[in-house]
Amino acid sequence: MKAKKLARIRAGLAGFLAVLGPGFITAMVDNDAGGIYTYSEAGARFGYVPLWSLIPITLILIVTQEMCARMGAVTGKGLSDLIREEFGLRATFLILAALLLTNLTNIMANFAGVASSLELFNISRYITVPLSAVAVWLLVVKGTYSRVEKVFLGASAVYICYCISAFLVKPNWKLALEHTVKPTWVGDPAYVTILIGLVGTSVAPWMQFYLQASIVEKGITAEDYVLSRLEVIIGCVAMSVIAFFIIVACAGAIWSVQPMAIRDAADAALALKPFGKYAYLLFAIGLFNASLFAATIQPLSTAYTVCEGLGFESGLDKSFREAPIFYGIITLTIFVSVVVILLPGFPLVRMILFSQVLNGVLLPFVLIFMLQLVNKHRIMGKWTNTPFYNLVSWATVITLIALTLVLTYMTLREL
Amino acid sequence: MATAAQAIEMEKILYLTELQGLPVFDLREREIGRVKDAAVVPLIHRSRIDRYLVGGERAWLTVRYEQVKRIGLDGIFLLDEKLTPYHDDEYMLRLVRDLLDQQIIDAQGRKVVRVTDVTFEIRDEGLNQTLHVLEVDIGLRAIFRRLFQGILPPRLIRRLQEKIPPNSIRWEFVNIIEPDPQRRLRLNVSLEWLKSLHPADLADILEEMTATDRQAFLQQLDSELVADVLPEVDPKLQASMLEHLEASKAADIIEEMEPDQAADILAEMDRQISEEILRQMEVEPQAEVRELMRYEEDTAGGLMTTRFLALPSGASVRDAIEALRAEPELADTINTIFLVDENRRPVGAVPLGKLFLVPEDTSLKELTLPTVVTVPITASRKEVVDLFDKYNIFTLPVVDQEGRLEGVITADDVISVMHRG
Repeated sequence: MKAKKLARIRAGLAGFLAVLGPGFITAMVDNDAGGIYTYSEAGARFGYVPLWSLIPITLILIVTQEMCARMGAVTGKGLSDLIREEFGLRATFLILAALLLTNLTNIMANFAGVASSLELFNISRYITVPLSAVAVWLLVVKGTYSRVEKVFLGASAVYICYCISAFLVKPNWKLALEHTVKPTWVGDPAYVTILIGLVGTSVAPWMQFYLQASIVEKGITAEDYVLSRLEVIIGCVAMSVIAFFIIVACAGAIWSVQPMAIRDAADAALALKPFGKYAYLLFAIGLFNASLFAATIQPLSTAYTVCEGLGFESGLDKSFREAPIFYGIITLTIFVSVVVILLPGFPLVRMILFSQVLNGVLLPFVLIFMLQLVNKHRIMGKWTNTPFYNLVSWATVITLIALTLVLTYMTLREL
Repeated sequence: MATAAQAIEMEKILYLTELQGLPVFDLREREIGRVKDAAVVPLIHRSRIDRYLVGGERAWLTVRYEQVKRIGLDGIFLLDEKLTPYHDDEYMLRLVRDLLDQQIIDAQGRKVVRVTDVTFEIRDEGLNQTLHVLEVDIGLRAIFRRLFQGILPPRLIRRLQEKIPPNSIRWEFVNIIEPDPQRRLRLNVSLEWLKSLHPADLADILEEMTATDRQAFLQQLDSELVADVLPEVDPKLQASMLEHLEASKAADIIEEMEPDQAADILAEMDRQISEEILRQMEVEPQAEVRELMRYEEDTAGGLMTTRFLALPSGASVRDAIEALRAEPELADTINTIFLVDENRRPVGAVPLGKLFLVPEDTSLKELTLPTVVTVPITASRKEVVDLFDKYNIFTLPVVDQEGRLEGVITADDVISVMHRG
C-alpha cells in the first residue's frame, strides 16, 4: 500500500515536472529590463504605497495566461494559427506586423538593460552589447528547445538575487505588508502613470503567443491541462513575488532616504550601494540576468509567432536554408536592436518607456481576439469560458483598455 | 520554381482572391449579386467548380457551372437565370469556408501547409466557361494577393505580384485533412497517395498535424503501415499516438513492428495502457516484447532485437536458405547468419552475400568470418557504439552471462542512438 502511494506521489511530481516550463518561464521573462525599471521606479518614488496593485495584477495575469494555456492544450494550435484559421490572413498579418514592431522595441529595451547593468562595472556597452548579442544568437540557433529551456529554468533561479537584495536593505517590512493589502491613492499624476506602467509591463502581448506556443510544443493536451494550469498560476505568483521584492528593495533603499525618480534601473542598483556591496551587486546581476534571459526568448518567440501565422517554415530543428524567414527574423531583431542601442547618445530610458506603450496599445486587440476564440464551442468543445469567467475576463479587458489608453495618452504627452 | 499556372496565359487564370466579390450578371447584364464562395463536389469531379455561391439582396443563391456563359476579371455572365437558393450539403467542398487558411497535406513536398490562395484555370467547354482548380498557393506571392484584395484593383495586383516568386502545390497533390469519417467519404478523400510515400516522410507529415487530426488520420491507416511509420515518428509523440488508439488496434500495430522498437515505445507509455495493449497481443509476439521490455533502454539488452537467424555450426547453405524461407520477414533486415554451438553460444558469423557464391551443400562453417565479436546484455550504450566503430560490424550479437546468444543489435539502431546522444 505504501509503495503504491509513493508511486502515485512520484507520478504526481514527475507529472508536474514534465509540464513545468511554459507558464513559469513566461512569467519569469516578464520581469525583464522594462519590468525591473518600472518596479524600481515605483519603489523609489512612492515607496511601499504601490504594493497593493500587485494582487490585482497577479489576478489579471492569471486570467489572461490561463486562457492561452487552455486554448493551447485543447486545440493543440498556437495563438497565431487560431487567429489565422478563424479570422483570416489580413487580421493575422496586421496583428503580427504590430507584434513584430512591439517585440523589436522590447528586445531593444532588454539589450539596453544588459548595457546599463554592465556599465555599473565600468564595462563599455560597445563590448557588452555585441558580445551578449552573439551569445544570445548562438544559444537560440545552436541549442535545442529542451536544452534552451533547461538553461532558462536555471536562470530563473537567479531571480532570488532580488529577494536577497531586499533583505540586505533592511526595509520596513510592517509597512510593506500593510500596503500590500491596503489600496492607497496618491494625488500625483506620476502615480497614475506608475500604476498603469505596472499593469502594462506585466501583461505583454508577446507573452500570450509565447505561452500558448510553448504549451503546444510541450505536447500538453486537455487531459494534462489541470497540471499545466497549476504551473501557469504558480508562474504568475512567482513573478509578482519577485516584483514585490524589487519594489521593497527600492522603497527601503531610496524612498526611505530620499524619494526620487530614477533615470534607469542601474541607478537603482547604485542607490543600493550604501547598504553593502552585496545588495548592490545582486541587484545588478539580477538586472543583467533578466535582460539577457528576455533578449533570448523574445527573438525566438517573435520568429515562431510570425512564421506560424503566415505559414512560413519554422523550427530550430530546421536548417537555415529550410527556414530562412524564421532564422532571418531572429537574426534581424537581434542585429537591429544592437545597432540602435549602440547609436551614440541613445536614450535608453525612453526606449524602455516606449516599448511599454507599444505593449499597451497592442494588448487590447490581442485580448479581444483571445476572448472570441476561447468562447467558440467549435474549437474549444467543453472548455469554453464559464459565464462568470467571461465576466471577469471582459471586465479585465475593459479595465486594461481604459488604463492603457490613459497611459498612452500620458506617455505621448511626455515624449 | 515553375508552377502549373505559369504554363498558362494570364487571361485563362483566375485566383480565388479575385473570384471573391466578383459581380454576377444576368442575361441583360444587370448585377444580381457578388460571389461569396465556390464549391467543388469531389465525388462528381475532382477539380471543376460545380457551383458558385452568390450573395444576392437577401439570401444566397446557387449558380451551377453549366449556367455560366463567361467568367473573367470583369465578372460572371450567366447563360440562364434559373437560380436556386443556396442549401449546404456535406458533399460540397467550399473553397473559402473549408479550404482557405486551413491546413492541407502536400503529398509531393511531404509536409503540412496552410492554404493562402487558390489558382483556377478558365476552360472553354462549348457554350460555357468553367473554372478548374489548378493549384493551391502558399508563400509570399499569395500573401501579397490576400493582403491587397479589395484594396487595389485586381489587374494592378497581378502586375505587382510578378516580382515575387510563386509557391504552389498542384491540386493533384493536395490532400484535405478531415477528421470526420463521414465527411471524408462524402468529400472522396482517398489515401492512395500514401502508398507512394516513404514511412519516414509520412512520419514527418504526421508530426506536423495537430493531435486531433493526427489521431483521426491514424484511424484510417492499416496496422502494417502504422507499424512502419511509428518508429520514424518523434519519440515524444510515439507513445501518445498509440495511447489514444483502441487497445486492440494498438496491439495489431505493435505485432507488426520489430519487437525491440515495440518494446521501446511501450516502455514510454503509461503502465496501465501498455499492459492492456500487451494483453490484446497474440501469445508469441507478446512474450517477445515483454522479454525485451525487461532490459534498460540504454543497454545492449534494450537496443537488441530477438529476431535473428541462428543455425547449428554443422548446418549447410541449403539449411540456411530453408530457414530463411520459413521466416520470410527476416529477409528484409538481416545481413548476417549466426552459427551457434549446442549451448547456443555464438561460434560463427556468415555474411549473407556469401551464400550466393558457393554450392548449396557447402558447410556454413567454411564461410564464417574469422572472429565473432559479441557484447554482454548488460553493456552500456557507449560500449555498443564503440564496438560497432572499432570492428566495423553491421550486426552485433548480444550474449547473456553464460555467453548464450539472446539477440542482435543492427547498424540502423546504432545510428539512431548515435544521432540522439
